[in-house]
Amino acid sequence: MNTEVFNKQAANVLVWLLLLAMPYWLPAIGGYIELGTRVVVLGLAAMALNLLLGYTGVLSFGHAAYFGLGAYGAGMTVRYLVPSTGLGLLVGTVVGAVAGAIIGPMIIRLRGVYFAMVTIAFAQVFYFIAFRWSTVTGGDDGLTGWTRQPLHLGFTTIDILHNPTAFYYLVFVVFAVAIAIMAWLLRSPFGRTLLAIRENERRARFLGIPVDQHIWISWTISCAFASLAGALYAYVNNFVDPRALYWTQSGDFVIMAVLGGMRSFWGPLIGAAIFVTLQDYVSSQTENWMSFVGLFFVLVVLFFPRGILGMIRRKVAS
Amino acid sequence: MTQVVLFNIFNGLIVGAFYALMALGLSLIMNLSGVINFAHGGFLAIGGYLAFSMMPYVGFWGALILAPVLTAVLGLFVERVLIRRLYGRDPLYSLLLTFGLAFMFEDGTRFIWGAQGLPFQVPGWLLSPLSTDYFFLTGYRLFMVLIVGIAVAGLFFILNKTRLGIRIRAGTLDLETVSVLGVNVRLLRNMNFGLGIYLAGLAGVLAVGQLGLQPTIGSSLIMPSFVAIIVGGLGSLPGTLLGGLLIGVASGVTTVFFPSATEAVIYVMMAAVLLVRPRGLLGEEGRF
Repeated sequence: MNTEVFNKQAANVLVWLLLLAMPYWLPAIGGYIELGTRVVVLGLAAMALNLLLGYTGVLSFGHAAYFGLGAYGAGMTVRYLVPSTGLGLLVGTVVGAVAGAIIGPMIIRLRGVYFAMVTIAFAQVFYFIAFRWSTVTGGDDGLTGWTRQPLHLGFTTIDILHNPTAFYYLVFVVFAVAIAIMAWLLRSPFGRTLLAIRENERRARFLGIPVDQHIWISWTISCAFASLAGALYAYVNNFVDPRALYWTQSGDFVIMAVLGGMRSFWGPLIGAAIFVTLQDYVSSQTENWMSFVGLFFVLVVLFFPRGILGMIRRKVAS
Repeated sequence: MTQVVLFNIFNGLIVGAFYALMALGLSLIMNLSGVINFAHGGFLAIGGYLAFSMMPYVGFWGALILAPVLTAVLGLFVERVLIRRLYGRDPLYSLLLTFGLAFMFEDGTRFIWGAQGLPFQVPGWLLSPLSTDYFFLTGYRLFMVLIVGIAVAGLFFILNKTRLGIRIRAGTLDLETVSVLGVNVRLLRNMNFGLGIYLAGLAGVLAVGQLGLQPTIGSSLIMPSFVAIIVGGLGSLPGTLLGGLLIGVASGVTTVFFPSATEAVIYVMMAAVLLVRPRGLLGEEGRF
């Protein structure tokens, strides 16, 4: 086994161990479990976005829409249909994926800044629907009057509402399954084709790869995982409000991916950890947290354009 | 009924004029420098707030002239210090940077002028209705349409008749050649950015007279401006103008018949345009 492969495997093991043991070490260093849960959930969304951003080379800026659709899908299922955690996750994911699949054909032919502009503009439709359709969605006040439901496993029932550790492990399991699927996809011929499109789209086209179709599939998968993250996010808060769909939320996901490193698998998760922790701290310290978050964006672009993992990799290589 | 419809069409036209002014500035910057300026709405808000703070000293007319100029100066500075560094890099970075700036501007205006909406006094004689039948035709509204008309005419004059404008248009098509011909491209991009921000500042002064001062005014107007550009066609300034007016009128008319879809309708229009004519109404083929 050469060193690079060994390093990669070691990093994977380390990340999984850290995530698995989160409820034990995080409180010890001054955090709290809910913060860890939020990091994992938003990290999943950022990793889903990175499927497009980092691996397909498509500049998507509107992922808040699918994240928010997943959140509303899960919340409304539990609130109006069946008080079932699993079904909520399923409905949320399907709703977001279907919306992505429908919007996909309208945007896949666009590239670069145009793609970014159209995706972020489209995301606003869902914001206004959630905002205006207040009889169903609760409008600006958000969707309230529900909580996450106990998990029935047949042989036992787990109370995830009052036990943050149990809830964390539910999120962790969902995250692990999603990440495993993502990693498998990226290793498959399909994932390799995405890389080829990212590196040289024209060449890929000449080789007979149906580029638009691949981007559409990649887009839909990315939307599906983003909405899964959104569904989990609804459970984290026991609440959904239209801000989960607002265009500023889309920017948050992009900055997480860039900050951690778009070209590395775990980058967006690390970006999410830093971003969420920082936002949590700053908003507890000052009312003007938006300025700090904005300043953070500017500093990341100016000084860490390759992201943290990108920088480390460069240091190791040189 | 006719009156209500007319009222809303007229209202939509005015809102559309704001969108168009803002979208024209965005388009200018995007066409020449490939930067989507998310902070455009922030500049608009700053233009409006500057006018508000200036009014007691220089009056409405002074503010109308000075505030956009000062906003443009701020724009020149921001381009010089921050945005210039990102030309030629992946467009993702300029997107993120201006995104951060948008946050900072919105929060900055909130910090300086407060989160509460502030009233913006326009001269009294502009506010009285001109006709009892068409109560909505106040002088201020006609005045706004007039100012927007003058600004747009001025912009097209600059672009078509002055050396700066011709260089901007040439640079939009082929910046490298323009550079080789001895034009200072850095300065050109700087001036072009300033011109775009001037339009945002002007839209800001006019918009706060109609909508009132809110720190969030920028972030609420920027998405419709994107839609205006997409509907009108990327790369085409007349298209952007048309797109802005169209979506303004469309949301005005929708207010009459289906008020809860007032905002959503423009995105539906965008989807329709993208399906039928992906390059936009007046966009050039194959540019994006």
